[in-house]
Amino acid sequence: MESYFHSVTLDEKKCKGCTNCIKRCPTEAIRVRKSKARIINERCIDCGECIRVCPYHAKKAITDSLDMIKSFKYKIALPAPALYGQFDTKYARNKILNGLKSLGFDDVFEVARGAEIVTYATRKLIEKGDYKKPLISSACPAVVRLIQVRFPSLIDNLVKIESPMEVSAILAKRKTMKLHHVSDDEIGVFFITPCAAKVTSIKAPYEKDKSAVDGAISIRDVYLRLLNNMDKSNESFELEISGAEGIKWASPGGEALGLGIDNYIAVDGIHNVIKIFEEIEKDRLKDVEFVEALACTGGCLGGPLTVENAYLAKSRLKKHIKDAAKVNDVIKMDSLTITAQKEMKNEINMDDLLLSDNGISFQWKENIKHRPIMKLDEDILKAIQKLDALEKINNNLPGLDCGACGAPSCRALAEDIVRGMADETDCIFKLRERVRQLALQMSELESKMPPVLDKEQANGDGE
Amino acid sequence: MDNSLKLHYEIPGDDFALAGEASSNVKKILTQLGVNPAIIKRVSIAMYEAEINAVIHANGGTAEVEIDSNKVTIIIKDEGPGIPDIELAMQEGYSTASEAVRELGFGAGMGLPNIKKYSDNFEIESIVGKGTTVKIEVWLKP
Ligand SMILES: Nc1ncnc2c1ncn2[C@@H]1O[C@H](COP(=O)(O)OP(=O)(O)O)[C@@H](O)[C@H]1O
Ligand code: SF4
Ligand code: SF4
Ligand SMILES: [Mg+2]
Repeated sequence: MESYFHSVTLDEKKCKGCTNCIKRCPTEAIRVRKSKARIINERCIDCGECIRVCPYHAKKAITDSLDMIKSFKYKIALPAPALYGQFDTKYARNKILNGLKSLGFDDVFEVARGAEIVTYATRKLIEKGDYKKPLISSACPAVVRLIQVRFPSLIDNLVKIESPMEVSAILAKRKTMKLHHVSDDEIGVFFITPCAAKVTSIKAPYEKDKSAVDGAISIRDVYLRLLNNMDKSNESFELEISGAEGIKWASPGGEALGLGIDNYIAVDGIHNVIKIFEEIEKDRLKDVEFVEALACTGGCLGGPLTVENAYLAKSRLKKHIKDAAKVNDVIKMDSLTITAQKEMKNEINMDDLLLSDNGISFQWKENIKHRPIMKLDEDILKAIQKLDALEKINNNLPGLDCGACGAPSCRALAEDIVRGMADETDCIFKLRERVRQLALQMSELESKMPPVLDKEQANGDGE
Repeated sequence: MDNSLKLHYEIPGDDFALAGEASSNVKKILTQLGVNPAIIKRVSIAMYEAEINAVIHANGGTAEVEIDSNKVTIIIKDEGPGIPDIELAMQEGYSTASEAVRELGFGAGMGLPNIKKYSDNFEIESIVGKGTTVKIEVWLKP
């Protein structure tokens, strides 16, 4: 199989080979082998569940270091709105943005602003009514990947509009090229990420060849330095460009709220998302217009690379939302249109966002593809035979789902066995059975003596 | 060895939380077989509706599933009250479900019509006082 990039990896030194992570993974992507957890790469959707659940912090995300920005002439930071919830409310949003800039960036472009534009485009889509119900948000890349591997029939329901991060990167680059006369490849755009899923969506996008973002730096990695700089520096550039609508995206329900409709569902936490998707697949959510689905409990504020507790962060975010509404007064989308147009010097006609005739379109260029990672064989006849074997093996296993074999459930072990990746004796109960059988055979053999040594026989013969 | 997979499920009658487990298992199996997602969706909705009917109208039953490379055959059998007028039951929106069941989100009267719509071959047999048998067939190849 071709190599498949994704961000979540294992720190071998820290892994104790416990079975906490294998049970939580929504795609059964982890096995413990030789006392170490292994991720089956093509199955991982980078949801971050294993990062959160590992008691030894052995699961980590590959992200870029802050040093990487040095290789670009003009450096722009793209903070996820979740960043605002990480700090004490005594730090106003503009203070946080300036602190971020002072880490070595030339400019900062709020992803919350991109989020507002996506909200606007999604509203247009809903107005046009030309889509499959319910519409499913594509903002969380872990959820999109979940759909790719586990719910392919829902691919058509996805909102096929670029993510707030991509929109922001495209706009930030255009703005910079225009104002500072630098070329596209001299500009480095870096997302300040709450999660691994976003990193993967930058390094290996599913809806296009190349992301407009050049790198991803985790919130965790900049947190302390940012906090330091906020206290030290007095710089105060006007960096706030987003209204309240965009900031709300950091919390569950924030995106849906901006759409101006009532019949939506906002679900957070990957296992809850799976339940809702199962309902949609059964045609049970027909009267729902829009589903906002976020892999992390607490939405992006609960992202695996954030610092602060998601609930505390949520209460802090409220203040930023309130301040934004006060200062900018851009709660309504119409006024947002005006601000956006002013900011871009009338370059973009917001009504044309969904079209591409003015050279800028935020619609996906390509659709995503189903990735059938669970398929047992290319040939359906062989697959049926393997499944038959799988069911038989499974019926013979104890059904305790204890995890001691390194697979998340007995059925998963049965699957691994038919795939040739495991052996029945990996099950400790099966192993014990085998040992007992061997012991019986041994004692049986032990009682059998070669005739020359058999005293009873010899004695009997002699008399 | 014949080239088909046979599965058997008990459908518990009193547990709404477990209702739908058999169809969700079959969905998982069809996914492992690499069946086209659109076909999986049809099979699982049709089977789910028949399973739910056995739970809410007949206090449970059994499901026999056979999968070969050409088709999926599902037979859901119960020993419930039976259906007096099948033609009427097949009408969209017709339902005898209780208020309590409706509150749980079932009983919209679309189950049988949807089973028919999503299957390539559909048969229903019912004897009042004896029970109901629903047979669903979906072709795996277009
Ligand atoms: N297995 C069954 N046993 C007895 N009655 C049934 C069964 N399946 C369906 N029915 C009858 O047919 C009616 C219509 O079924 P269906 O179209 O699935 O709608 P619903 O289940 O929402 O009522 C049911 O309300 C019930 O009266
Ligand atoms: S990130 Fe999610 S999908 Fe990937 S291995 Fe961890 S739990 Fe599984
Ligand atoms: S909910 Fe947000 S933080 Fe969590 S994986 Fe999705 S995009 Fe990343
Ligand atoms: Mg029904």
